Amino acid sequence: MKLSLTVNGQATTLEAEPRTHLADLLRGELLLTGTHIGCEHGVCGACTVEVDGAPARSCLLHAGACAGASVRSIEGFAEDPVMAALREGFSAEHALQCGYCTPGMLVVARDIVLRLPHADEARVREELAGNLCRCTGYRGIVRAILGVLAARRGAAT
Amino acid sequence: MKPAAFTYARPADWNAALALLGEGARPVAGGQSLGPMLNLRLALPEAVADLRHLPGYAGVELAGEVVRIGAGTTHAAIEDGAVPGRLGEILASVARRIAYRPVRNRGTIGGSFAHADPAADWVAVLPAFPGHAVLLGPQGERRVPLAGFVLGVFETALRADELLRAIELPVLPQATRWGHWKFCRKPGEFSKATACLLAVPGAAPRAVLAALDAAPLVLADAAALRAAPAAEAARLVATLGLEDPWRASLARVALRHAAEAAA
Repeated sequence: MKLSLTVNGQATTLEAEPRTHLADLLRGELLLTGTHIGCEHGVCGACTVEVDGAPARSCLLHAGACAGASVRSIEGFAEDPVMAALREGFSAEHALQCGYCTPGMLVVARDIVLRLPHADEARVREELAGNLCRCTGYRGIVRAILGVLAARRGAAT
Repeated sequence: MKPAAFTYARPADWNAALALLGEGARPVAGGQSLGPMLNLRLALPEAVADLRHLPGYAGVELAGEVVRIGAGTTHAAIEDGAVPGRLGEILASVARRIAYRPVRNRGTIGGSFAHADPAADWVAVLPAFPGHAVLLGPQGERRVPLAGFVLGVFETALRADELLRAIELPVLPQATRWGHWKFCRKPGEFSKATACLLAVPGAAPRAVLAALDAAPLVLADAAALRAAPAAEAARLVATLGLEDPWRASLARVALRHAAEAAA
């Protein structure tokens, strides 16, 4: 099928089989390999990207469902100030080792920061339950997100 | 894994959707249950009909004392307060604990209910409410009580030529009591036992026990459970003949906690 969608702000038209999922389209067709593929059944969160402004599993969106959608993969956040703060936080807190989960983690972390400005540690951990990290034990990830939340709350007062 | 090949259609109106259904297409809403089944090749449809763009598929309407929730309304919308009043508070508390936020952003109340996974949250909760599922078929709409919609594991009252269009629920008084408990070792994973109890002032309390590998157990009058949660939970679960003592124990605990939370 012919598929038109917007990826990282650019209108794109490509040819895809209806069964191909968005993560494979991003990686294989558009060479945006920042999106990682883990379980391919919605559990691990590695492939999480933003679709129409909200995080979604790109492995569960098959080509047809993407028609007309606006997709933002990790590459599309280069100029985003919240993501910049999170990148710094992840670095400072050692929130990654192998980095495989990191693109999905960052997309969800950004959603937590913007949607739940008053989230505490327990809430951050609950919100991260859908993103598996097998390196860090989550401590650094949680600290990084809490740090960005605290900085933003401080800046707002 | 990758899905087997299928064709994709996006019907623009309900008649087109019903026509595709008549041709054997598998309806899909948010795709958060069907998607994994496609990828794992547990589902092998030749054709998929994407309902998400049907007019009125998503959204909440208040008509008198009835709240009509479009089947395509996402869990995230319900979590964020799309449903007003006490009913909305209750549904939001349920929605927030469905899977993970990126899944809730796509998954829908109607898709989940029609899919009828025995461990799914709406399957475990909606039968407690005195409302209806609105089904659309070639002959028009019909209404099925929510308590009688799920008939078994992945089995519902939907006929092969029908689609779930909406969920209709009553506006609830602020004094409505609600208890809900589910057992997940990790937030967001499939529940091993879910129970809820709804006590609307002036009506018999209603309760549901689900995640049973069977249709949910619906109690149209849960007064005895509410009065003596532990004893009545034990009696009810004993009648189910569950073989696994761990699952039976979880079922008892779920019913008891739900009843106590609604006290």
